[in-house]
Amino acid sequence: MNAVMPRLISLVAILFLAACGSTPPAEPEVYPEPVFEAKRIVPAGAIDVTSVYDPWEPMNKRIYNFNYHFDQWIFLPAVRGWRAVVPSPARTGVHNFFENFRDVRSAANGMLQASPTKFFQSIGRVLVNSTIGLFGTIDVATSMGMPKPDEDFGQTLGHWGVGSGPYLVLPLLGPSNLRDGVGELPDFALQNYIQGDLLAKPVRATAFLFDSIDTRAHTSFRYYETGSAFEYQTVRWLYTTKRELDVEK
Amino acid sequence: MNNNNFAQRVVAGLSFLLLASFASATATVENYGYPLTDRFAATVVGTPEGLEPKMPSVQQIKFKKQWLNVFPERHLPDLLWYGQEMIYSVALQDHPAPLIFLIAGTGAAHNGAKNVNMARAFYQAGFHIVSISSPTYPNFVTSASSTGVVGHGQRDAEDLYRVMEMIWAKLDDKIDATSFNLTGYSLGAFNAAYLAKLDEGRKSFNFRKVLLINPPVSLYNSVSLLDRMTQNIPGGEDNFDQFFDQLVTAFGKVYKEEDSIGGDFLYSAYKEMNLKNEELAALIGVSFRMSSTSLVFTSDVMTDFGYVKPKGLVLDRYANLTVYNEVLQRLGFTDYYHNFFYPYYEQDYPGVSRDDFIAAVSLTEIEGYLRGSEKITVMHNQDDIILEPGEIDFFNEVFGDRATIYPYGGHCGNINYTENVAHMLATFTEGAPQ
Repeated sequence: MNAVMPRLISLVAILFLAACGSTPPAEPEVYPEPVFEAKRIVPAGAIDVTSVYDPWEPMNKRIYNFNYHFDQWIFLPAVRGWRAVVPSPARTGVHNFFENFRDVRSAANGMLQASPTKFFQSIGRVLVNSTIGLFGTIDVATSMGMPKPDEDFGQTLGHWGVGSGPYLVLPLLGPSNLRDGVGELPDFALQNYIQGDLLAKPVRATAFLFDSIDTRAHTSFRYYETGSAFEYQTVRWLYTTKRELDVEK
Repeated sequence: MNNNNFAQRVVAGLSFLLLASFASATATVENYGYPLTDRFAATVVGTPEGLEPKMPSVQQIKFKKQWLNVFPERHLPDLLWYGQEMIYSVALQDHPAPLIFLIAGTGAAHNGAKNVNMARAFYQAGFHIVSISSPTYPNFVTSASSTGVVGHGQRDAEDLYRVMEMIWAKLDDKIDATSFNLTGYSLGAFNAAYLAKLDEGRKSFNFRKVLLINPPVSLYNSVSLLDRMTQNIPGGEDNFDQFFDQLVTAFGKVYKEEDSIGGDFLYSAYKEMNLKNEELAALIGVSFRMSSTSLVFTSDVMTDFGYVKPKGLVLDRYANLTVYNEVLQRLGFTDYYHNFFYPYYEQDYPGVSRDDFIAAVSLTEIEGYLRGSEKITVMHNQDDIILEPGEIDFFNEVFGDRATIYPYGGHCGNINYTENVAHMLATFTEGAPQ
């Protein structure tokens, strides 16, 4: 995995350059006015409440497009293979196992947010699931009705007043923003650190692979499937709104 | 990353916001236990948890997506490059069984919540399921609409019929269908009525039973009603942005207080947000507008009509679309009918006036057929918000005892209520050949 991040970064760089460097602007053409034209319909000074600060939109849309193709050729076939090969109870066990690490992440971020509630709720889950739940493979905590905070470093930054920055579509991971994208790094480092203590190196690589497939399998979103030309901006607004609420939560 | 789920909830929540202004329903009716007697609340909230029948999950019924290349020769504009194939869903029995086609409502997909719930119920009752998006769903417009301009009873039915024949051609050697049946809700019910009539001539399916759930009578009247709901925005339509912002804030407040957004989230959101009826109505109007925005833009790009996008301007797949979205957010579906739909079809119907043409998009157009067709039944609500005052009488008058009108439920709010599901199933199972 250590090799993956630099590659992702160079991929982003390439896409960014491609976005900036492509097609010189064509000669401005004059088109007939449509039936409903913005300057007649949209009042001057109107603010679109669903707008999101997105100066990197050309790059983001290319990454969005790339993610679709990655889904089609690699990610979703892997998910289908996973479902075909691994029986359902085993998949649930694997899912719970990784969710247990996410509870560790939530506990750490609960602490960083100076929130005893989030910290104790999360760490309580980890203690129960790691022991009675057989190393996290059984989600006993949820069965016992223990709440599951979902905290990450992006939210921690937001909690202490860091703004979200420009919208950002991450390769493979999807919608994000500058703050949350940066926040992925410490969260990932934490997980790597803990798993490093618990798992041997080759196992860790496999675990990372399984974790990715499991996460995709539990994400029902499919790029472009709404068919709406406005999907990109709808997703952008929904993501941004959700994150704002999550930070406040 | 449950963004999708969240998205569905927000959209559902917004729909919920849509609904309230017209006052509550008729007098007490005995023996009907659906709890939401406010028509707007019913429309937004649907059926509270615990009042739905027990049904298998989508995994258990193996509800699966399929792809169909309806027009292989079609070259889509680059902006809509992903829309070549029509996506639909099936759930198939492993033994001979009756087959039912489900048609989704305005702007809704083959795998939207209402179609999925119907699929679960009918699969459990022993049917093969074929679930199809509304012709007003953008994916249908790009892949399966022959003209790219939808909302026409007859033409939409022909597009749907073509798709259904193609789907059956793919299924024919895989499964054994003992009969063909058809249902749809809202606009999907309207489509189903026209499909039933079309099938009388073509006979590809020879439908055994057809159930119309909460259909509009006049499409134009219904979209006008929905359009006008945005007039309930406090301070008028110019206050849209502020109103929308307030809704999101209020919705967010509930979201933050809840542990999860599963189960009865909508119902508790409804109770906690304590929206006035005008606000619920405005919400319904806003949600309707959001779905028509996508549809109309898809049609504009497909046909290069020049409605909000300048004619001749080619948008690539990375183009910035903000300006078109902003314009469309300020237009209603009635604007589409007058300034796009009618001019687009005008030359095909010489001598027919605009008003006559639009008025013809109505079940009254095929009233004679509906009156005499025993196979068609109707399930509707007395307090449905998409009907003009008095329009509900059309169903009693035309269908007689083939129409069942429930006292409450708003627009499709009770579609998943135990008693209504039982009614739906009984419609198709009673007297069925074994």
